[in-house]
Amino acid sequence: MNDAQEHGRNGPGLSRRQFLKGSGMVAATTALVGPAAPAAEADAKAPVALGPGPVKIQLTVNGKKMTTAVEPRVTLLDALRNYLDVTGCKRVCDRGTCGACTVLLDGKPIYACTMLALEARGHDIKTAEALAADGRLDAVAAAFVKYDAQQCGFCTPGFVVALRGALDKNPKASPAEIEEALAGNICRCGTYEQMRHAIAELCGKEGKGA
Amino acid sequence: MSETTTYKVIGTRPIRHDGLDKVTGRAIYGADVQLPGLVHGRILRSPYAHARIRGIDVSRALALPGVLAVATSDDFPDPGDRIAELGEGAINVKHLSSNCLARGKVLYHGHAVAAVAATSPHIAEEALKLIRVEYEPLPGVVDVLAAMQPGAPLLHDDLRTDELGKKADQPSNVAKHIQFKLGDPEAGFRQAAVVIEREFRTATVHQGYIEPHNATAQWNADGSVTIWCSTQGAFTVRAQVGELLRLPVSRIKVVPMEIGGGFGGKIRVYLEPVAVVLSRKAGRPVKIVMSRADVFQGTGPTPGSYIRVKMGADATGRLTAAQAYLAYEAGAFPGSPVGPGAMCIFACYDIPNVLIDGYDVVVNKPATSAYRAPGATNAAFAAETVVDEICERLGIDPLDFRLKNGAKEGTRRADGPVCPRIGMIETVEAAKRHPHYHTPLTGPNRGRGVASGFWFNCGLKSSATASINADGTVNLVEGSTDIGGTRTSVAMQLAEALGIRAEDVRPVVGDTESVGYTDVTGGSRVTFATGWAAYEAAQDLKRQLIDRAARIWQTTPDDVSYTDGVLQRRSRPEQRFTFKELAAKLHETGGTIVGRASVDPAGCGGAYATHIVDVEVDPETGKVTILRYTAVQDVGRAIHPSYVEGQIQGGTVQGIGWGLTEEYLYNDKGEMLNASFLDYRLPTSLDLPMIEPVMVEVPNPGHPYGVRGVGEVPIVPPPAALANAIYRAVGVRLRQLPMTPGRIVAALAAKSG
Ligand code: FES
Ligand code: FES
Repeated sequence: MNDAQEHGRNGPGLSRRQFLKGSGMVAATTALVGPAAPAAEADAKAPVALGPGPVKIQLTVNGKKMTTAVEPRVTLLDALRNYLDVTGCKRVCDRGTCGACTVLLDGKPIYACTMLALEARGHDIKTAEALAADGRLDAVAAAFVKYDAQQCGFCTPGFVVALRGALDKNPKASPAEIEEALAGNICRCGTYEQMRHAIAELCGKEGKGA
Repeated sequence: MSETTTYKVIGTRPIRHDGLDKVTGRAIYGADVQLPGLVHGRILRSPYAHARIRGIDVSRALALPGVLAVATSDDFPDPGDRIAELGEGAINVKHLSSNCLARGKVLYHGHAVAAVAATSPHIAEEALKLIRVEYEPLPGVVDVLAAMQPGAPLLHDDLRTDELGKKADQPSNVAKHIQFKLGDPEAGFRQAAVVIEREFRTATVHQGYIEPHNATAQWNADGSVTIWCSTQGAFTVRAQVGELLRLPVSRIKVVPMEIGGGFGGKIRVYLEPVAVVLSRKAGRPVKIVMSRADVFQGTGPTPGSYIRVKMGADATGRLTAAQAYLAYEAGAFPGSPVGPGAMCIFACYDIPNVLIDGYDVVVNKPATSAYRAPGATNAAFAAETVVDEICERLGIDPLDFRLKNGAKEGTRRADGPVCPRIGMIETVEAAKRHPHYHTPLTGPNRGRGVASGFWFNCGLKSSATASINADGTVNLVEGSTDIGGTRTSVAMQLAEALGIRAEDVRPVVGDTESVGYTDVTGGSRVTFATGWAAYEAAQDLKRQLIDRAARIWQTTPDDVSYTDGVLQRRSRPEQRFTFKELAAKLHETGGTIVGRASVDPAGCGGAYATHIVDVEVDPETGKVTILRYTAVQDVGRAIHPSYVEGQIQGGTVQGIGWGLTEEYLYNDKGEMLNASFLDYRLPTSLDLPMIEPVMVEVPNPGHPYGVRGVGEVPIVPPPAALANAIYRAVGVRLRQLPMTPGRIVAALAAKSG
């Protein structure tokens, strides 16, 4: 749908290529198309070099196996949003600067815009939608609702996922440590104070070994 | 409403109706729209700040397999030279059209030039690279003072200064000069014991809403069109698209999606008409979503400015005169908020003699658009810093100074209006009482600053309809995009009026075909005006419920009372229905009941705020750490206190960003250098202390529940409060925004050197 718009022609915009280079992603990109590319897990007959056309991939998203075909240049964020209709993660900067696209990869928060979809194969991906799966509301999501830690709500799924990841990593984390873990997320509506209320409650609860 | 009125719903904090959907990522925003056959649009933007377009060759792009349509300004009808009245302000159709797709000239780096629709976003992007635009680069100007000089490169050959109502003969970049005068400023300055005059600069900053602009359009075979988009006002999108494409509004349906922030920047259309044109040409629905760089380079920042302020006070600390010169960058087309800036600059004070000159100046930057209290923050930075210097000279406590000079009921503003009941003095009193102001601030390089701010707010038109369900709930359809919880604050006013619970109202934001005309979510007006529409719709329901009960009891309506959600027969009090009971009987007693209202209220009442901030400045690095922040504001009546607090905090955070870090950087070619969140720094949680909101409730006599708009004024005081705190911390006055570490270090060096 809305892949990176290259601004190389417009002068000094940060292009995806420059950006991936800066974030150490070039090696990964090369590996995917080079002879040493890891074979697609489920498909031993996968060609050694992938792309540039669409490649069939399977991703495990919120516990479900989902299959689609994407060009190797498609990011995990765009694959989720545009190919798999998982739109809880938001595309805000597409450059790893805002956190709105945060998902959990094997439990660890990552910016989905900084990873290629192909690299996410074989990993367990969780998005905000997972926090209300099967009619059960995750404690983090519940605290955000209770303390109204949102205004426009566009940054909110990213914050909620990052917070879930931080608490899973360290259930005894202090509110200050949690805030540190959220430093990569931006809320322009400035609902940080309401988030602090939610965090305080969560640290109290989960800290007691809940 | 008297201050002692007790409410059941107003002032409580129910869970917002859309909370769960937003937290768990299920709410549908514009970029999430999916339609059968949907294709993808992309915009080609100018690499030059100023250039003539000699020609555009789209043939190679059109030949690329997968490309369905290419559009340029030739696909828009000739806009002629007309001003369209859009209900909430006039627009110059030619300028708006030329901003959507450049016409003849590009006027800023990032100006949209052409658009492509293709079956995949990648193909659309490749097609952009195949469009050949022949440019003749022209010298540009991005600085407001440079643009005002005779001989400066001219953006528009046909722009002549509107000099206090008269058109000048020669073309100029100065679109307009306005002036407000009160009393005899010269005599006022002669009475002054102290006169301070200073110059200020503020940088161009962006609203920074995190959801990029988006629009999806579907042109229908019958010549009608449906648009799904992220906007602060579905009806204004309808009106603008109608004017630009010369379509009757009845042929345009606009569906406002959930919106990821706007702050004033999502009122003007950018993508919507382009998506319509592409859809008409491609015969498919077309979706366009901006990248972050597009948002920075192509959409409305708020103006950079040059401001000169002179103020005088007598030896007792009474202001005798004030004068201001404000020059605001309009960007590529006229229309900066210098008008509101000029009206707000001294509005916190009762000053007998005032002269204000404002200039609206075009420069080669994106056309500016509204941003939270547009124009007022720049102005307050200047005036409130000068006030602080006067206080220092006279040895008067800055809050005492405000108590002495603050605007109150009866004060005349320089632009004419006489203040009704307002809460400026009350905010200062509350700030003075607050423990923050009494806690000693010790330690080196620490300082405390205060500043006040004013914003008008507005009323405008809102509509609502409410229908009663058999289970005793009410469906409320209103027309105001909900950016920060207004669904709930509007629903609460309906609930209060009906005597039911907020949870029993289901609020929905309607599209342009399912609700009556409603103006934009802007001017801090939704809880005030749309809330009023909900209140009136409730009165309509009540009247009909009373009629129905009277019919059931075979009596006359004046024999039926309605109190706290209970209908009772006056003559036989044992006959009563709760709202729920009667709701269950509606179907069998004549059908359901629908209430409706459309309002256009005056009397919104201006908003005042006074902020206190403690900072610590690192003299080595120039870094400013905010230690404590208290934001006092007159909120009229807080319907949902959490949302009011959220608005105060959110506005303050944006004001802090404006004051300390945010700025558009340009090179000498007029290219924007920092179109990303990496280089354009928004505050994050780690930059911010707790911001304590203090709500002063001076109920607005102009609203049934005393509501006053709250969303905008909190952005006004922060830059000035920070500047005053920095001065008290390290002894340097910063008169340029943002007050970056580099500027602070330079100022310290200049002081000691
Ligand atoms: S969209 Fe990925 S970090 Fe901003
Ligand atoms: S709630 Fe709007 S950006 Fe965070």
